[in-house]
Amino acid sequence: MSQAVENIKPSYPLFRDEDYKASLKNKQDMFEERHSPEKVREIFEWTTSQEYQDLNFQREALTINPAKACQPLGSVLCALGFEKTLPYVHGSQGCVAYFRTYFNRHFKEPVACVSDSMTEDAAVFGGQKNMFDGLENAKALYKPEMIAVSTTCMAEVIGDDLNAFIGNAKKEGHVPEEFPTPFAHTPSFVGSHTTGWDNMFEGMQRYFTLNHMDDKVVGSNGKINLVAGFETYLGNFRVLRRMMEEMGVPHSLLSDPSEVLDTPADGQYRMYEGGTTQDEMKDAPNAIDTLLLQPWQLVKTKKFVKDTWNQPGTELSIPIGLKATDEFLMAVSRLTGKEVPASLEKERGRLVDMMTDSHAWLHGKKFGLYGDADFVMGMTAFLLELGAEPTHILCNHANKRWKKAMDAMLEGSPYGANCEVHIGKDLWHFRSLMFTNKPDFMIGNSYGKFIQRDTLAKGKEFEVPLIRIGFPIFDRHHLHRMTTWGYEGAMYILTTLVNAVLERLDEETRGMGTTDYNHDLVR
Amino acid sequence: MALRQAAIYGKGGIGKSTTTQNLVAALAEAGKKVMIVGCDPKADSTRLILHSKAQNTIMQMAADAGSVEDLELEDVLKKGYGDIACVESGGPEPGVGCAGRGVITAINFLEEEGAYEEDLDFVFYDVLGDVVCGGFAMPIRENKAQEIYIVCSGEMMAMYAANNIAKGIVKYANSGGVRLAGLICNSRNTAREDELIIELARQLGTQMIHFVPRDNVVQRAEIRRMTVIEYDPKAKQADEYRALAKKIIENQMFVIPTPISMDALEDLLMEFGLMDEEDESIIGKTAEAEGVAATA
Repeated sequence: MSQAVENIKPSYPLFRDEDYKASLKNKQDMFEERHSPEKVREIFEWTTSQEYQDLNFQREALTINPAKACQPLGSVLCALGFEKTLPYVHGSQGCVAYFRTYFNRHFKEPVACVSDSMTEDAAVFGGQKNMFDGLENAKALYKPEMIAVSTTCMAEVIGDDLNAFIGNAKKEGHVPEEFPTPFAHTPSFVGSHTTGWDNMFEGMQRYFTLNHMDDKVVGSNGKINLVAGFETYLGNFRVLRRMMEEMGVPHSLLSDPSEVLDTPADGQYRMYEGGTTQDEMKDAPNAIDTLLLQPWQLVKTKKFVKDTWNQPGTELSIPIGLKATDEFLMAVSRLTGKEVPASLEKERGRLVDMMTDSHAWLHGKKFGLYGDADFVMGMTAFLLELGAEPTHILCNHANKRWKKAMDAMLEGSPYGANCEVHIGKDLWHFRSLMFTNKPDFMIGNSYGKFIQRDTLAKGKEFEVPLIRIGFPIFDRHHLHRMTTWGYEGAMYILTTLVNAVLERLDEETRGMGTTDYNHDLVR
Repeated sequence: MALRQAAIYGKGGIGKSTTTQNLVAALAEAGKKVMIVGCDPKADSTRLILHSKAQNTIMQMAADAGSVEDLELEDVLKKGYGDIACVESGGPEPGVGCAGRGVITAINFLEEEGAYEEDLDFVFYDVLGDVVCGGFAMPIRENKAQEIYIVCSGEMMAMYAANNIAKGIVKYANSGGVRLAGLICNSRNTAREDELIIELARQLGTQMIHFVPRDNVVQRAEIRRMTVIEYDPKAKQADEYRALAKKIIENQMFVIPTPISMDALEDLLMEFGLMDEEDESIIGKTAEAEGVAATA
């Protein structure tokens, strides 16, 4: 209607033009059988009440955005962290399209991943034939040096046996016997994306080391293995490497997707780039220890490290914030005998300096927080270090032991006194909490933006701004390249938090002649 | 001794659960530590050991608790006669859901909770009638049951089923270590039954490991929800199960079966008089047409 070639408008602001507004109103009035705006408002207000929250928390049969994804998504990310490895999902095509778009939208990168397209007949006769053709075609077309196989719900429900199918595919010559094909059963209806990552990594451990343990000696290669788990901040892989290099500690980052998910635009498409080599994985049992940096999600990995690799599996927390980074570096130092170098001490000093500089603005600020178990725990620890007050913490996929550990941590700090920890709850529960006991900010992935919109709809004074730290972040660019771990990561989180606070303060104090007595140049 | 895991298959109603429980009771009596894993939604694989109507199943308890992750091993693993550990996977009501997935979920749960890490000599999986889908093959995947016993009798359908199960085993045997360990003949008192099953076993490349005669004491014990071993240890039938147990302990014959063709199976049945020679001339003829032909 009102589009002109010289000035093409996107939906916003186009739909704000008078003719579009009239058209939209016409459609609503004539066809939508809407309730009156007063009724809609009344129900909306009701959904923000304590009464509604009580009903909401009694909800049994429905989940509204659980703030987690499914197992194969995790297994695909794990596989992407290995050199020239093609993630292969045994199951239906749509699932794999979902994993790829999910990562595309977060990383703004193409993601190579194949499925063997199981359809009706495969559901009836089993997916072995799909596996035969799939492995053969994927290898011929995309020339990977490893294919990492996981499963979707469909293959799991009919009980397809990956071990047998892959074994038979090799026996019949579809792929050579020696071609690496680690695998993991990853039923989507069990656990979450982090379970899938753990399962796939255990599959890697099994494939490359289980039957080759005889000549392995713990500590013989002098290295430290680092396992990041389901981690989407690519800077975290880089900061781990940098810290180990500055310490002079030989290390293997087991599963490192930081290259393949951040390839340069130089005219050449790379399906594979960087990643942990097969040799590194085979050599992993010779390391001094394997440090699991997101221990709450790496349950099977840890069992394998302890029981099969016979390494100590030193207990650590996710290295977010000051203390957790200290503990990580000191553990590495203890295990390797290498001193923490002056450069890292200096970096730590800078972080402490920043924390004191911003302290006045963060002290006592209230935060709601949701996401993966380890991330949420690390973030909570750092908030407490900053003197900020977490008030609502929500993690859908965490277990009761995790909640106990969280409660214990919160009890240990005066800033944790007014905090509630929720497990097994979803973002619709979280939305209720944002209305009934409003924090100053919420921290989480992009899905929180709808809660921010809803709180604003109630009134500006009810708005809870979202600070985007987590996964997925679809609606802001390049945040996945940042760092949240180590002193460097703490600096990024601190900068993000304090500037969100200041941004908000500016917003509230820029009323000319009303609130701008506090619209200060210097904060 | 190293843990041996065995799966019991066979046509529905042939007496798998009864045979398994009596066999396991005999093994326990001989001092072996045994676990039974019932892989049948009917959940009747442990009732004679536990003297219960039906054990609480893993899937039922998971549904009540919300998810499998909320269960503890001691909730689902019960000890019965002779300290036999009993577990039932359970599954849906007939006509809904997916029983096969129930078996997979239950066995995964047992592995993760360390049920196999106890000091066990034998694990027996009592599996529903036919291997109808991938889920019911779960017990014979790699690192699970390595030996399979098929319960059968000298009836046509039981032998068809045994041959079909042998076909299923071949699929898994080629990629893993699972082997056919023998046929257990649970007698129905048909003519020349022992010879027939011995011959079937020979053709399948295996053995008839034991011939369990028919005896009403089994039913009498079953009414009391007991095994014969426990109900009447002096009964002759108890000795039969003891003999079976001994043969299984000493069994060395683990083979990849050689299932036979339908024609070969029919020949065998005809040889033993269980099936008549096919008369090509009557195929597709109605009674009326046959009547006309007879009077003509």
